[in-house]
Amino acid sequence: MISVTINGERRQLDQPLNCAELLARLELSGKRVALERNGEIVPRSRFAAERLAEGDRLEIVVAVGGG
Amino acid sequence: MKPHENLDPLVIAGKPYRSRLLIGTGKYKDFAETRAAVEASGAEIVTVAIRRTNIGQDPKQPSLLEFLPPSKYTLLPNTAGCYTADDAVRTLRLARELLDGHDLVKLEVLGDPKSLYPNVVDTLGAAKTLVAEGFKVMVYTSDDPIVARQLEEIGCVAVMPLASLIGSGMGILNPWNLGIIIEQAKIPVLVDAGVGTASDAAIAMELGCDGVLMNTAVAAAKNPVLMASAMKMAVEAGRAAFLAGRMPKKLYSGAPSSPTSGMISPAGSK
Repeated sequence: MISVTINGERRQLDQPLNCAELLARLELSGKRVALERNGEIVPRSRFAAERLAEGDRLEIVVAVGGG
Repeated sequence: MKPHENLDPLVIAGKPYRSRLLIGTGKYKDFAETRAAVEASGAEIVTVAIRRTNIGQDPKQPSLLEFLPPSKYTLLPNTAGCYTADDAVRTLRLARELLDGHDLVKLEVLGDPKSLYPNVVDTLGAAKTLVAEGFKVMVYTSDDPIVARQLEEIGCVAVMPLASLIGSGMGILNPWNLGIIIEQAKIPVLVDAGVGTASDAAIAMELGCDGVLMNTAVAAAKNPVLMASAMKMAVEAGRAAFLAGRMPKKLYSGAPSSPTSGMISPAGSK
């Protein structure tokens, strides 16, 4: 069990997922999102390779309407 | 000059655009209205915001980019809502990743949530970092000519001074400062913020601005799609008037438009 913060919300994960697995669990697979882990961009090409660790802070963003 | 033949493109970072009107995509009723307004405006560059995804929402909900596909529009990710250089830089790094390496961005660092006045110190700092990282930065700033010049020196590809405060619709409050910025700049100058109605956009273009960026003036109109079309015409009219070169202003001229000779004789004379 690890604890991570996703978009400001603390969450428990039963196992240390990689980024692709996390996005699948959040029903965001195939969606146009970008991911930042502890202040650093995780490129899409590395989603499967980067495994989450205890205490990670993640930001998952999309494009929305704005000026 | 026939603008529709694109003899007079707006060139940003080496790329020509037919339209000199850039439109924001916030504050519309729904995505269908956003798209209809963007289409009516003729804009090719549209700004988008970058925000946390709403985890747990219906994954089938449409996304903005389904209505404004990056294949059809140049999406300009913008950092509106950021109050520090660091937040703005992180937001645009995420945007570049989100948009497959797209590096044309709008930098905006605010200094105050009430006025939404830009924090030019953090704007300058963020611009330096972003330019060093290869971003093509279109930068929102105050109408201070010195700051505008420094942003150009840093390597921004366009400088975008406010006409008045964001969302105020107050129009162009300091045409003289804008004039100084336009005169000195070698990069495009776009008015960003403050336009309220079509005449404001026309005045900005008549001053010699290279373009106008707006959101609220269109989105908050009673009929946003009609206002978008009015803005398109205003920007085109203002640009044409600027290129045509207006006549000088005089208090009076003593020179009527009709010939002074050949008048019929006054009644009662021969």
